[in-house]
Amino acid sequence: MTTGTATPPSAPTVRLDSAPSGSAATKSKRLNLGVAGWLAAGWLGLLLILAVLAPVLPIPDPNTSFAEIARKGPSAGHLLGGDTIGRDLLSRIIYGTRASFAVGFGSIAFGFIVGGIIGLMAGFFRGKVDGILTPLMNILLAIPQFILALSLVNVFASGGEVTSARRLVVLIVGLGVVSVPLLGRITRANTLAWSEREFVLAARAMGAKNWRIMLRDVLPNVLPSMIAIGLLGVGIAIVAEGGLALFGVGVQSPTPSWGNIISEGQSQMRNAPHIVVATSVVLFLTVMALNFLGDLISQRFGVKESAL
Amino acid sequence: MSANEQNFDGAKGDEVDVSSAAAEPSRSHGIPGAKTLLDVRDIRTHFRTPRGVLKAVDGVSFTLERGRTLGVVGESGSGKSVLSRSIMRLLPKSNTIHSGEVLFEGRDLSGLTESELRGLWGNEISMIFQDPMTALNPVMKIGPQITESLRLHLDMSKGEARETAVALLRAVRIPEPEKRFNGYPHEMSGGMRQRIVIAVALACGPRLLFADEPTTALDVTVQAQILDLLAEQQRERYMAMVLVTHDLGVVASRADEIAVMYAGRIVERAPTKELFANLKMPYTESLLAAIPRLDQPSHSRLEAIGGRPPDLVNPPTGCPFSPRCPYARERCTQETPQLVTVDGHDGHEFACFYPVGSPETEERRVEIATRKGAA
Repeated sequence: MTTGTATPPSAPTVRLDSAPSGSAATKSKRLNLGVAGWLAAGWLGLLLILAVLAPVLPIPDPNTSFAEIARKGPSAGHLLGGDTIGRDLLSRIIYGTRASFAVGFGSIAFGFIVGGIIGLMAGFFRGKVDGILTPLMNILLAIPQFILALSLVNVFASGGEVTSARRLVVLIVGLGVVSVPLLGRITRANTLAWSEREFVLAARAMGAKNWRIMLRDVLPNVLPSMIAIGLLGVGIAIVAEGGLALFGVGVQSPTPSWGNIISEGQSQMRNAPHIVVATSVVLFLTVMALNFLGDLISQRFGVKESAL
Repeated sequence: MSANEQNFDGAKGDEVDVSSAAAEPSRSHGIPGAKTLLDVRDIRTHFRTPRGVLKAVDGVSFTLERGRTLGVVGESGSGKSVLSRSIMRLLPKSNTIHSGEVLFEGRDLSGLTESELRGLWGNEISMIFQDPMTALNPVMKIGPQITESLRLHLDMSKGEARETAVALLRAVRIPEPEKRFNGYPHEMSGGMRQRIVIAVALACGPRLLFADEPTTALDVTVQAQILDLLAEQQRERYMAMVLVTHDLGVVASRADEIAVMYAGRIVERAPTKELFANLKMPYTESLLAAIPRLDQPSHSRLEAIGGRPPDLVNPPTGCPFSPRCPYARERCTQETPQLVTVDGHDGHEFACFYPVGSPETEERRVEIATRKGAA
């Protein structure tokens, strides 16, 4: 990740192999994302930095109302204007990044770990293990995903006295549960394919234990597709949180999230469209960036695999 | 688990020492040469398939001494790859039915638990796979793929394992071994990868090596190099080898003994010279006829074996080769011939009622020749 992307190698390197595989070797040292890839990664990085540094940024408190900017567009002190009750919109979007990212990445991390373990076991051991785990995932998949998340949040974190921290955790776990079959199935499918490879049998013939083969031989090969799907999943989860917010079970106000900013703003769509538009643009760009990076990863590793 | 394995390593005592790895390749040759290392007795491996029971290996017996090479030859589907995997017990348990005994240094492998087997795998019995393109992990560096088993079986430190691995890479003639140690498989050619596969298999100094079509995926010039390398390493390590191939030419100069497999059975077995001088089984003859020869005029058509290998779920009654055998008679389609020993040649067995050289076969051969002449 250093800036020296274009520096020529100082020592002359001898390459016996052909050019394409040679460049693949260099790629593994330096991440080569291309311009659009760097833009996407840069956008996500910028959001992350802003979200972390929010308290020290020169922006107003996200929960303080300024009557004069309520439903007003951009002005000097308030770059994106105010929301329905006069809170600074830019500040709310930046603070909202925290909750939205927490929900997006957190829920997918949950799905990644749980789905990953399930998929790896089902794909590697097959037989009875697969016979138990895969139908479980299919059952989860058969329930409409949005309804599942909605009811999970409703059951475990609704009512007046629920703290917003608890709501956040339940949201993460709820959307995480929904993402388990998504990630579990992709992991299982890839594990099935990679476990058939001769090097897995070779590892067994060298006396390696099952868990070792799973972690060292199969998982690293399956990981790229898991990450690609996972990144798409983060985007979906962030949008899903917005959807849940419309039903009043998203991140709990006053804690801002992109979802609840949009859902609060939509009542004023006619008077103050900037609330929904600005937030949606941020949301849109973020989801695009995540999708793009996911594609890039699957492409890059797809190429590498075919070059073998 | 790991304690268990350590005990197992300990139980082996000082017979396997670190020096057996590449750093000092030669083993003590003091062990009586005639001692049987591997004794396979009537092993059968059947797979349960949706169509019925597939008899991939159906009653194979042989013995192998240290330092010797057995060539196992057969067409695709003759059960030769399954044979080596059965002996190692590498096949999935779920749909496999095993029987028979495999004695390795007198111990019956079929009685061992999975973790006991793991102590043998890679350490005392090793295997080289057919396709070097898929036999290495594409996302792991070469080095760790070699050092893994050294550290696991021989308890080496990181540094020791690295040194040994580099020495191994040098032994299999990888140029710039220190650099290649940190390389990935995709940076190497097929021949180099197969050398690395060999280095991985030889790492712990196994006593028995299965080479499952080690050169099938390589081009002819590289084939010879790889086979020479294997032969050299075998000599240095005094290792027994089972060389599985479909190519009689590959084993002709490299095996001490050849077993020809057909439909899951050994149909002829003899010391190499004896086999080529005095072959008995019509199938062996057909295999040999299917190899191009330099003394034939160029562009002469290769003799293919007619028909296809038998369906191992519903094998033909009688001799499994009878439907394709030019010399088959009525008896061949009714009774299954058993292995019999050639008079006066102790190590030569074959399973045929009308072997090559018998009056019936010669009579038929003349008939075939006349028919061809007439046509």
